Amino acid sequence: MTAEQVVGELADGMTVGIGGWGSRRKPMALVKAILRSPLRDLTVVSYGGPDLGMLCAAGKVRRAVYGFVSLDSILYDPWFQQVRQRGGLEVSEVDEGMLQTGLRAAGHRLPFLPIRAGLASDVLRLNPDLRLVECPYTGEELLAMPALPLDAALVHLNLADPHGNARYLGPDPYFDDLFCLAATRRYLSCERVVDTAALVAAGPPQGLLLNRMMVDGVVESPGGAGFTSCVPDYDRDEQAQRAYATAAREQSWESFVDSYLRED
Amino acid sequence: MTATRAEVCVAACADLFRDDGEILASPMGLIPTLGARLARRTTAPDLLLSDGEATLLAEAPALGESAPAEGWLPYRRVFDVVAYGRRHVVMGANQLDRHGNQNISCIGPHDRPVRQLLGVRGAPGNTVNHRTSYWVPRHSPRVFVPEVDVVSGVGTNRDPGRFHDLHRVVTNLAVLDLTGPGGTLRLRSTHPGVTVEEVLAQTGFPLDTSEVTETRRPEEHEIALIRRLDPQARRDREVP
Repeated sequence: MTAEQVVGELADGMTVGIGGWGSRRKPMALVKAILRSPLRDLTVVSYGGPDLGMLCAAGKVRRAVYGFVSLDSILYDPWFQQVRQRGGLEVSEVDEGMLQTGLRAAGHRLPFLPIRAGLASDVLRLNPDLRLVECPYTGEELLAMPALPLDAALVHLNLADPHGNARYLGPDPYFDDLFCLAATRRYLSCERVVDTAALVAAGPPQGLLLNRMMVDGVVESPGGAGFTSCVPDYDRDEQAQRAYATAAREQSWESFVDSYLRED
Repeated sequence: MTATRAEVCVAACADLFRDDGEILASPMGLIPTLGARLARRTTAPDLLLSDGEATLLAEAPALGESAPAEGWLPYRRVFDVVAYGRRHVVMGANQLDRHGNQNISCIGPHDRPVRQLLGVRGAPGNTVNHRTSYWVPRHSPRVFVPEVDVVSGVGTNRDPGRFHDLHRVVTNLAVLDLTGPGGTLRLRSTHPGVTVEEVLAQTGFPLDTSEVTETRRPEEHEIALIRRLDPQARRDREVP
């Protein structure tokens, strides 16, 4: 598939999960394709980085579900800050462990999973839909993290075969498998598409994070995570990221996004 | 050798981990990172340290240097360690109140913040699951406020459950803990050259000051170690 074909299968108002973490191995080629599309009113679930910052700044997001939004080497995403400080963006800000638990619940087809994180904090005040659950064995009260079912998941890995088997080559899988398990439609971009034998030979079996029942479409997109990192293929392009952050002070969103999308 | 203020802070952060045993130390920020590495090399050799990404380090390296690995700890397994409880995190705090409630989410109303910060991140889970300390590089009334705008990290007055364990707050001026009346902040020690009055003037609420000592000065071998761990003295930029 192409990134444009992936976005062609999405619709206004969908809940879209975006893999990676902060400014690490984000499916930026797919994010760019959303920026070029007329899609809007998305609910985005993400361990947020420039993916969430860009989609919010472009007015694509009605609701953001996240534990944090950070560019890692730059603490705060200034675009996300601007959108939040203007008001009007609906947010569900939760503990980052709750996000994982909500994805797990969706992947297990459970309505909720219990977790301790969030108890006694303002996460409950800020998300009035959250409920507590009493343990039937001990009476202990825990937070009932609701499932976070996704209409679509977008993830980027290092290596895949044409069927959707895929592996990460860096040190951290992040939560990309959980995003796929939680989603109805699952789209994977990758640095290189190889045949299955080459994919399997490229590393240990436990690095094969996704199998083909977890993926509906594969996009070959070398550099497709840039400017976020995709080790060992490439590190974060700090200069490009700084330009993204600096643009928030100096330029309008339109002039930044025009030059950003022209780079392809 | 005379320790600088930054070195006093590093030693105070190292002391946070003194009795922790074989747990994961998760320092956020430069001074706590140096503190954890100093502890690992002196009083707390069993601490587990990560490289801040997915690798557990077999040794405590100098800043910017690598060390041999001893294990794998991707983010998903950090959440497992959080729930398991064998962890001591030292987080930052944009705001901290007298019961140890911490805010790293935003300043102002959450639906339209005056300033968007990180988001609650892992603070809610950290504080209800395992030992938590805070590092504040600029002790001021902007940080130490009567009431935080968003409770990211849970304080002592919010029914925080059986694993809640707020340990200490280390700042550029002092060391505090939560053993004051009703689980409030108590001033344990001021750093050499800092008076109690100075700390009170930089704190936006009353502190228990019934038993204040002077923060210990790091010993010669600790100062030497700190300078080897941070040869470019980045610590002096965080705490002049």
